[in-house]
Amino acid sequence: MMEFQPWILEIPILALLAITAVAVARVRDLWAAVMFTGIYSFLGASWMLILDAPDVAFTEAAVGAGISTVLLLGTLALTGKKEKPTTASPLLPLAVVLVTGGALVYGTLDMPYFGDPNAPVHQYPDPGFVEKSMHDMHGLPNVVTSVLAGYRGYDTLGETAVIFTAGIAVLLILRPNKDDDFSDADLKSSRKERKARRKKRKRGRK
Amino acid sequence: MISFPIIRIVTKLLIPYILLFGLYVQFHGDFGPGGGFQAGVIIASAIVLYSMVFGLPAAHKVAPPWVIEKLVAAGLLLYAGTGFASMFLPRPNQDVAVNGNFLEYAALRHNFLPGILPTDQHLGIFLVELGVGITVTAVMIIIFYAFAGRRRVA
Repeated sequence: MMEFQPWILEIPILALLAITAVAVARVRDLWAAVMFTGIYSFLGASWMLILDAPDVAFTEAAVGAGISTVLLLGTLALTGKKEKPTTASPLLPLAVVLVTGGALVYGTLDMPYFGDPNAPVHQYPDPGFVEKSMHDMHGLPNVVTSVLAGYRGYDTLGETAVIFTAGIAVLLILRPNKDDDFSDADLKSSRKERKARRKKRKRGRK
Repeated sequence: MISFPIIRIVTKLLIPYILLFGLYVQFHGDFGPGGGFQAGVIIASAIVLYSMVFGLPAAHKVAPPWVIEKLVAAGLLLYAGTGFASMFLPRPNQDVAVNGNFLEYAALRHNFLPGILPTDQHLGIFLVELGVGITVTAVMIIIFYAFAGRRRVA
């Protein structure tokens, strides 16, 4: 019986990733392009799962394939679904992309082999985290969680604050106004109006 | 609205499992892969799916925007509050009463229902991850509402 060869899954997924990327660039129908980015994210999630990173795969599947695709579709519903044909020559952008891509590939040649225990990322800050974690955290086996929430809790607090700030910023820019004609406006304004009416009544009593 | 019976029924069947999986990822994150961020986006995607199939007003009934707006801040407050709580509680196993540092979960140790309620580091991580989960869920839903609530201007 032959042992399972990981390349049986790896090569098709990477090939599909490349094909999808080309398709996103080639297709002129923006709805189709958005769908292709969703497929790309889903393939990316599968790839993360092969690389033994299930948490990243969850995130990629939910954010990349799910929420961001929906947000792009929502944007397309407001703008338009056809890309304007470009008249500029594609030669300069092609050259820039080729040089950048070549530089990135050249950069990977220096990187340690995948999963190499002697790679700097596994030697620094301290491999002892993996051994200490179970005892320090009183039996919690997930080292990723204990590093993120325990040893580096302050860091994660900052990250949560970043998400909070992003949400507030989007809300400030895009929040529907009360005067606009939105489907939920009556739900929202009725609550506000009730408040205003209550205030008026109070004032009247004085 | 055009009704797609198959999509509506499949969505109705799927959403409880998506939410359950989100809760599993949230509360089992200390033991298996997962955590607050992953759980947050999974739960948010359930709400997004619901509002795509049943319409935005229906989703606003399930998750009212004003509640979600409050939750955006509540999650971050829970996280920071856990940190401050450990500053006002004494460190265990010390002769002189010294309060813990910011986010020093050891100060959260208690002897109330041991073995059932999480304590110590586990309690700290539990609360912190819950805070992350609440904030991420709320932010994702609020961004979706902000996009979906707009109409074409011209």
